[in-house]
Order: sequence, then structure tokens, then C-alpha cells
Amino acid sequence: MEIGNLDVSFTNSSAFMVLTVISISAFLILGMRRNALVPGRWQSMVELSYIFIANLIKDTVGSGGRPYFPFIFSVFMFILVGNLYGMVPYSFTFTSHIIVTFVMALVVFVGVTVIAIVKHKMRFFTLFMPPGVPMAMAPLLVPIEIISYLSRPISLSVRLFANMLAGHTLLKVFAGFVISLGMFGVFPLAFVVALTGLEIVIAMLQAYVFTILTCLYLNDALHLH
Amino acid sequence: MSDQPPEQELDALGKRLREARGKTEDVSPESEDKNQPAANALSLAFRVGVELVSALAIGVAIGWLLDQWLDTRPWLMLVFIFLGGGAGILNVYRMARGFGYAVGYQREDDSGDDEPPDSGTRN
Repeated sequence: MEIGNLDVSFTNSSAFMVLTVISISAFLILGMRRNALVPGRWQSMVELSYIFIANLIKDTVGSGGRPYFPFIFSVFMFILVGNLYGMVPYSFTFTSHIIVTFVMALVVFVGVTVIAIVKHKMRFFTLFMPPGVPMAMAPLLVPIEIISYLSRPISLSVRLFANMLAGHTLLKVFAGFVISLGMFGVFPLAFVVALTGLEIVIAMLQAYVFTILTCLYLNDALHLH
Repeated sequence: MSDQPPEQELDALGKRLREARGKTEDVSPESEDKNQPAANALSLAFRVGVELVSALAIGVAIGWLLDQWLDTRPWLMLVFIFLGGGAGILNVYRMARGFGYAVGYQREDDSGDDEPPDSGTRN
């Protein structure tokens, strides 16, 4: 499927992203349907995820971060559910594609930069040249600081992408050994079972890491040091 | 349970909640410092690697693009490879010192030993 010169086919990746969004919406909307004062099991899961992110923002950004709650919550839920869908056999992990994570990191990066510039105007650029540094250092310091700043979206996206990719590749390689080793295949099989548990932990941890780094960047933008 | 009617009880609860919230209303993030929990040594090591390499990659990319634009191949790229390496080391240094990921991050209390002079001597 093409529009102009762009390939806009509906891929596996897009299918699972749509599925993720639909399941998150269903989880949240159906969970809050009853809107009871004393929550049931489902509703308390919804409230738990809300409170988790709300506390995370309060701890890392402070009360100034409250307006950005919807965005950070969406990012967290999207990555978390996407990672966990990847753990279902025969499914597809869209977070193991660098372009997906890179675009998400880029949105965070550009958004945070725009917020910082709007909030602090020209003072934002003192970020690259902290006061009290001798002028002679500037030619060396400013490029280094700019590179360091620009490397943020790369490290943010590569971290998530590489963790998911490496974990799933490892699982598949070891699963391949199960058949080829015949009777001794029980050993790699046991390893695959253990690794699956580890992968589920990593799936949650990486969603958390992505979210907390987003919060830290936001904190830097709001309270310029 | 007390013998108040439920509405009144709820109102009292609401008041108590508001009071409790008022105390924590305007927390500044500095009060609870950003010591991100290093989940385990492996993920820490992985993070160091990513920080180091990504800054280098950005340096190479900037150098290469500038070379294309200014037609000065290969000199700017050589310069920016070293700058990128310096930035990578600076990133790792900041991470290890617990400064978070802020660029030009300074603490108000100990402005004596900041990293900018340090970074300058690295290359």
C-alpha cells in the first residue's frame, strides 16, 4: 500500500500497536465503568496504575509536572502493554524496532526542549555554557555539551530497543537448541522457561526506565539548573 | 465506625484528605533526590555502554554532516569523533556521580567541583 512515494502498509507492527491502544483503552474505560467508591479488583488495578505514575511524577518532577501526567501515563502504558504483548507466543514486539522507540524518544526530546525554551526563553542556552566557566573553554565545552544533549534521544531509544531485541533473540536461539539437542533439549528448555520470567521483568522494567527518564528530562526542562 | 451519618463522615474524611494533601502539595523534586534505583548491575553496565556509544554516534553524525555541507572531508569528522567521545565520557561521569542526565547540571550547594572544567581536560 503506497501513498505518493510513502510506503504506508499496515504491518504486523501497526497491528500490534492498534491492539495495544485498544486494550489499554478497554482496560481503563471498562475498569472505571462502575466508578465505585470502593473499587473492585479490576478498578483497583486501574487506580493502581494511575497512582503509580502520579507518584512517580510527584517524586521526580514535583507538582509542576502535573500538567504532563496524561502524556507520561500514555507513554508508560503504551510501552508496558506493548512489551507484555511481546511475551505472548506468536505475537509481535513492536518495541523491538528501533524506529518505533526512536520516534517515541524523539517526541519526548523535542517536547522537552520546546517546553524548556518556552519556559526559560534565552536562558535555556546557558545549559550549554554554564556560568563561571572561563571563556577560553567555550570552544571545547559547548560542542561537548551539545553532543551530550543530542545523545539523549539515542540513548533513550536504544536502551528500550536493545533490551527487547536482545532478550527475544536469546529466547529464540535457546528455543532452537531444544529441538536440535534431542533428549538433552530439556536443559535449554529449562533455561528458556527461566529466561521467559526474566524477560517479563525486563519488559516491565524497561517501561519504567523509559518513563522515569522522561520525567527526569521534564524536570530538567522545568527547573533549569 | 462512628455514629455520624455517612455523608457527614465522608465530609470529615474529605477534609482530612485535603489537609494531608496540603502538606505534600508543593513538593520540590530536590527534596527527594533523584537517586534512580539501579535495578541491577547488568542494567547499569548496559546503560553505561549505551551512553558512551550514543554520544560518540552523535559526534560522528554531526562531523559527517558538517563535512558533507562544508566539503571539508575528513577533518571535521575527526574533530567531532573526539568531541563525541568526550561527551560520552562526560555522560557516564554524570551518571556515575548521580547527577542524572542533565546537561550542564549543577548543584547549588556544591558548586566547587563541577564537571565542566573536568570535561575540558579530557581531550
